[in-house]
Amino acid sequence: MSTTIVSETAAPATPKRRRDSFLWLLNGRLALGLVILAVFVLASLILPFFCPVDPSQQATYLKNMPISWDHLLGTNAIGQDIFWFLIIAIRNSLTLGVLVGVGVTIIATAVGLSAGYIGGNFERVVMLVVDSFITIPLLPILIILGAVIRGNSSFLTVGFIILIFGWAWGARTIRSMALTLREREFINMARFSGAGTIHVLVREIFPYVSAYMLVAFINTVLFAINTEATLAVIGLSKVEVPTLGSIIFWALNYNALFTGNYVWIIAPIVATVLLFLGLFLTSTGFNSAFASKRGVQ
Amino acid sequence: MGVLQYVAKRIGLYIAVLFIGLTITFLLPRLMPANPIDGYIGQLQSRASGALTPEAIAGLRANLEELYGLKGDIFSQYLNYLNRVVLHFDFGPSFAFYPQEVSQIIFTALPYTLGLLLVSTIIAWILGNMVGLVAGYFHQKKAATVLEVVGILLYPIPYYILAVTVILMLSYVIPLFPLSPSFPVGQMNLQKFGMVIYNSLLPALTLVLAGFGWNILSMKALTVATTEEPYVTYARLKGTSNWTRMIRYVFPNAMLPQVTALALSLGTVFNGALLTEILFSYPGVGLIMRTAASSGDYNVLYGAITMSIIAVATAGLVIDLIYPLLDPRIRHK
Repeated sequence: MSTTIVSETAAPATPKRRRDSFLWLLNGRLALGLVILAVFVLASLILPFFCPVDPSQQATYLKNMPISWDHLLGTNAIGQDIFWFLIIAIRNSLTLGVLVGVGVTIIATAVGLSAGYIGGNFERVVMLVVDSFITIPLLPILIILGAVIRGNSSFLTVGFIILIFGWAWGARTIRSMALTLREREFINMARFSGAGTIHVLVREIFPYVSAYMLVAFINTVLFAINTEATLAVIGLSKVEVPTLGSIIFWALNYNALFTGNYVWIIAPIVATVLLFLGLFLTSTGFNSAFASKRGVQ
Repeated sequence: MGVLQYVAKRIGLYIAVLFIGLTITFLLPRLMPANPIDGYIGQLQSRASGALTPEAIAGLRANLEELYGLKGDIFSQYLNYLNRVVLHFDFGPSFAFYPQEVSQIIFTALPYTLGLLLVSTIIAWILGNMVGLVAGYFHQKKAATVLEVVGILLYPIPYYILAVTVILMLSYVIPLFPLSPSFPVGQMNLQKFGMVIYNSLLPALTLVLAGFGWNILSMKALTVATTEEPYVTYARLKGTSNWTRMIRYVFPNAMLPQVTALALSLGTVFNGALLTEILFSYPGVGLIMRTAASSGDYNVLYGAITMSIIAVATAGLVIDLIYPLLDPRIRHK
């Protein structure tokens, strides 16, 4: 799924370039992505401390109030402050995304590396399972689970289910990376020097793959937030918990468009698009930065 | 030899996907702590304000277990399930629309889903790849960067946001389409068919937009890599025009990974289609699943999900079997 696209804002080749050790990381796309992400992460970490009341509490304020200093984005039809609800929603979605991202990256790396490096029948069986997991449509399965555990599920259960079904894409990519590494000189060198499989995997291959893991991690954060929000929008996640999806669920449910409360639906759309754009720019930015460092592009 | 091996491998994958998919749909709900029968009996009990006798409950439970296919130990349930689904295509009766067969409900909805999905995926694939090809082939030009930016902006936007935005823009701000679509029932005729097409335009547009972005980005990257191949330079030195080189030399090779990617991403595309159907109240399999999920109609739910796994796996197989026609290297190995 990764696209390697060289940035055109590469710095002019001055001798200084070597000394500034992090300059190779800087391309326009990555910088923009990181700025957007930083704003979102900082806002969702710091602002909740100033939150006056629990924003998921219904009927705290008067309904459908316009934008004012007290309510930066007004209030919605169930008497919640839209601004604070959105902030907590971003925080919850990001937390879920990061948790699932960590889990998926660990599983995908373990599976992908071992399959790519060990090879043989082991690889064949693992890849069959991986390809099956990729091909099986996830949403129907989530809908079943949503229906069966409806009401009893906690927010974290949803994350856990996404984790179970989310590792396959990453494993596939990391395995193809390990495949090309297996043939490299320095791996043979290590093997001839008497290094065991574990040693080669951990000390020789892992450092090469780690850059890609970061990219895969960001992509998984995007995927997890998206999947949870998708379930929430159709009302099958824990919709009482504020997330980027549940806010849209409530807005659609209370016909925000008909009642003229546009902010209620437009604010989460703008926030989601910005956040996803930030995540995507960061992941492709890193990708091309690492690619140009490795000398691939 | 090459083709035979290739076909055998793909069919092996197909069977594995079906097997793993069916097993997951069978196992997961059974591993869950909540039991649908207990839930259902609990509902009945509270509706009857606790007037059900223990004997009546036991009878009810036995009947429900029979209907849900939950009789016996888990292994015999599994064999029974595979036997019913694979050999007889039987998912039992629907609970909400008793005694209508689940397979019948699904088969009425399936043409809607397939039609929407097929048309929008093909359009998104062709459009996205054409734009990506142009953006990649002329990647030194400023205008090509604009095309790529379109891809970057579209790709990360999730389906549900696209759907809500499309509704917002095209049936609210500019009221071209109805806010709540209506689909005619009963015998098809030309006028009704026109209505179906008109009401399907918005969901189709959403799906095209969603598939478009990724195709642009990945085709652009592939094209840039392909233009640097020696045979393209040779073609240029031979004096072929830009157009010939782009269409005849670069496109056939850059397209191949895109075909494989399409087969692999069908599951994701299908997820998007289900979601779009739910958000647009489009009468396909997705809407059936959503309705069944909220009314606890488990037979319909399982039937729809099993059918969608079979459909996605089969579509992937078909694409993979077409692949040797496009890639002569597999044919002549």
